[in-house]
Amino acid sequence: MARVVVDPIPRIEGHLRIEVEIEGGKVKDAWSSGTLFRGLEIILQGRDPRDAHLLTQRSCGVCTLVHSLASVRAVENALKIEIPPNARIIRNLTHAAQNAHDHPVHFYQLCALDWVDVVSALKADPKKTSDLSGNVSGRPQTKKYYEALKGKLKAFVDSGQLGPFANAYWGHPAYKLPPEANLMAVGHYLDNLRQQVLAAQMTAIWGAKNPHLQGHLPGGVTVVEQINADRIAEYLYMLREQIKFIEEVYIPDLLAVASFYKDWTKIGGNKNFLSYGDFPQGPKEPDDFYFPRGMIVGGKLELVKVDPTKITEDVTRAWYEGDKPLYPGVGETKPLSGEKLKGAVPDTTSKDGKYSWLKAPRYDGMPMEVGPLAQCLTSYVGGNKEIKETVDGVLKKLQVGPEALFSTLGRIAARGIKCLVNTKQAEKWCMDLIENVKKGDMKTFTSYKLDESTNGEGYGLNDVARGSLGHWINIEKGKIKNYQQVVPSTWNLGPTDGKGQKGPVENALIGTPVADPKKPLEILRTVHSFDPCIACAVHVIDPHTNEVYKFRVS
Amino acid sequence: MDKPIELPDRLAEKGVSRRDFMKFCGFMAAVLGLPASFAPKIAHAVAKKRPTVVWIHLAECTGCLESFIRTTYPWAADIILDTIDLAYCETVMAAAGDQAEQVLEGVVEKQKGQYICIAEGAIPTKDNGAYGKIAGKTFVEIAKHVCGNAAATICVGTCSSYGGVQAAKPNPTEAKPVSEVIGKPTVNIPGCPPNADNMVATIVHYLLLGKLPALDSKGRPLFAYGYLIHDNCPRRGHFENESFVKEFGDEGAAKGYCLYKVGCRGPETYNNCSIIKWNQGVNWPIGAGHPCIGCSEPKFWDEMAPFYVGKG
Repeated sequence: MARVVVDPIPRIEGHLRIEVEIEGGKVKDAWSSGTLFRGLEIILQGRDPRDAHLLTQRSCGVCTLVHSLASVRAVENALKIEIPPNARIIRNLTHAAQNAHDHPVHFYQLCALDWVDVVSALKADPKKTSDLSGNVSGRPQTKKYYEALKGKLKAFVDSGQLGPFANAYWGHPAYKLPPEANLMAVGHYLDNLRQQVLAAQMTAIWGAKNPHLQGHLPGGVTVVEQINADRIAEYLYMLREQIKFIEEVYIPDLLAVASFYKDWTKIGGNKNFLSYGDFPQGPKEPDDFYFPRGMIVGGKLELVKVDPTKITEDVTRAWYEGDKPLYPGVGETKPLSGEKLKGAVPDTTSKDGKYSWLKAPRYDGMPMEVGPLAQCLTSYVGGNKEIKETVDGVLKKLQVGPEALFSTLGRIAARGIKCLVNTKQAEKWCMDLIENVKKGDMKTFTSYKLDESTNGEGYGLNDVARGSLGHWINIEKGKIKNYQQVVPSTWNLGPTDGKGQKGPVENALIGTPVADPKKPLEILRTVHSFDPCIACAVHVIDPHTNEVYKFRVS
Repeated sequence: MDKPIELPDRLAEKGVSRRDFMKFCGFMAAVLGLPASFAPKIAHAVAKKRPTVVWIHLAECTGCLESFIRTTYPWAADIILDTIDLAYCETVMAAAGDQAEQVLEGVVEKQKGQYICIAEGAIPTKDNGAYGKIAGKTFVEIAKHVCGNAAATICVGTCSSYGGVQAAKPNPTEAKPVSEVIGKPTVNIPGCPPNADNMVATIVHYLLLGKLPALDSKGRPLFAYGYLIHDNCPRRGHFENESFVKEFGDEGAAKGYCLYKVGCRGPETYNNCSIIKWNQGVNWPIGAGHPCIGCSEPKFWDEMAPFYVGKG
């Protein structure tokens, strides 16, 4: 039996350590550790509630604006503010643009190198690569193009300065793509590095800048006069360009790569999924969400209703004090320090040994996977027509059944499906905005009172690029008394709980084949399929207080 | 390889003409505030063997790297593959675990005093730095080792420059800026995040002149931080005319009036946002009707907040 530690896990946001025990060429047990703690919730206490969306946004520069969205919704929920339709649409459009940016970046820049062997691309025949691109890609390239690309790659490798491609697992037996597919993918890896600049510009049209937008505010959005024909057209035409990229490049590549790795439809799956739902089409949440709120339990394809009061967090194996799972609003949590922390050295071997800065969120005591796969599954059974059609189309194309979705590959495919549906839907929302402007409705902000007499409790539950994101706020005398974030990567990458139940990533890793424990490429595949974002995940706590905060969630 | 391939040849291989390249160099000279005659020198500097750069992620959110890859002309891929040798950067590198750490250690050992370190994020120092680790080593150890042995450390973002969000009151992990932990001055490109153009321009300045750009007293390149947002703000006229947004959603907001009364910190913030704007000029905070929050100033999370309350 071999113990393997992969630290750092590269090509994710944040600092993640994965430890696995390997027996008979397969993962027998796994431990996921977040190795950074920043303490943003403590910093939020006593501040102006309107500032929270700016501060929480700094949880993550990759997810960036989604924390702003969750935060303004939490404040609006607490203060009973209903935002104008234009503000709702602008937020949806900016959020959709964020997803249109985020998912292709995940596919190409963060996870592709687990499946694409860059060095193998040097053996590609440019003519055959051109033929391949003509067969599978919506953007076929000429033989000449691939000759130049291969030449560029060769010059790069020959320079001896391999930069970010140095010392990786090239040549590993688990790489299955032919050289030509690898060369095509390398081309698209570089293309998306450019394309993502455009997608980010879309978020800046009404969000001011990317990363870290400055355009939301509890009560609505700050743009007014820039909701004009010029700006709407700018968004719309950029959006159409991004849709084309997703349809012509991202989805075909996803299908092409998947067709060589169908064995990964049987590896890395979970059974429980939670989705908060998102993209409000009207003022009522969650009823008006485009992607519905719901759960899949035990792998059964039926929609189970979500009761947010059943969410708890467990700290048995995390570096915090506390002995029972608690509702996130009841923040009785203290990080270990000094003697008790003992330098935060992960202890995965002793019973109840602590090994992570992430807590373990549970729904009704169960670990739940969140993310695009959860969104697709709940939307599939929850009556979202576009998701159902796209999922069915992809399954048919790959000649696999719905059970294939419960896997590492299913997770990667679901991200592409959700990205496509979400981005195309944004075009419709753009038209809604045009109709409003035509009617002369320019209202983007609802004013409200916030002073020393203001008290309130609320939450904002979103479904964002990486999954279900919740912010809880308690406002007292016009200031933040308590603030809690329970984020997607905490759900997915949190540790084992007090009952010994593994977190979703840990569970998904068990059974994963590992050909060479010194080069655990297969582990990266499953971990990356969750699109981990650890900076968000490690400050979901309120370490300096013993106070019990009560939240009522109805 | 017996001799390195010259940059123009490398560019030609991917269809970039010498003329395109010179255009890029002219753009960089403009961003740096250099006369156009510097352009040929930039071309020369960039054509040498690619200098090694390591990018370390500390207590941060990766927003600075995300901002960096929003650059165009040069595009991020062109910088990473043609201009510098980005030997270590957790967010983009293919290698993992031990193999990744070997690369970093190899650079520090073999190129001591010759590589550039770009640092993103602050350093938690409480409990000997136990709140932030990579491969079992604390950020304190990593920064001392990697930044300490670099030719220069460029701090990108307000976190590595000044401590940033995790160092905001009450600073639970006792997070500190990189310079304070390593005991050496750093070039600081603050901002939350900094504009890609300012990061790229600083790197090219180093490549061109073999030295760091002129800095102000806070370690910031003057070419970017020598301006007050307010002085170049398109809404400055409204300020002078005392035409203010008094409340979000009011008539003044619809007319694009000055945001000073609803909290704009442009008058006390040194940065070039009002000149170069964001994301290829698509927009910027004040353009979107949102006050400047002063994100490139030290301690802005404490000193500029509450953000929506006007000081005037």
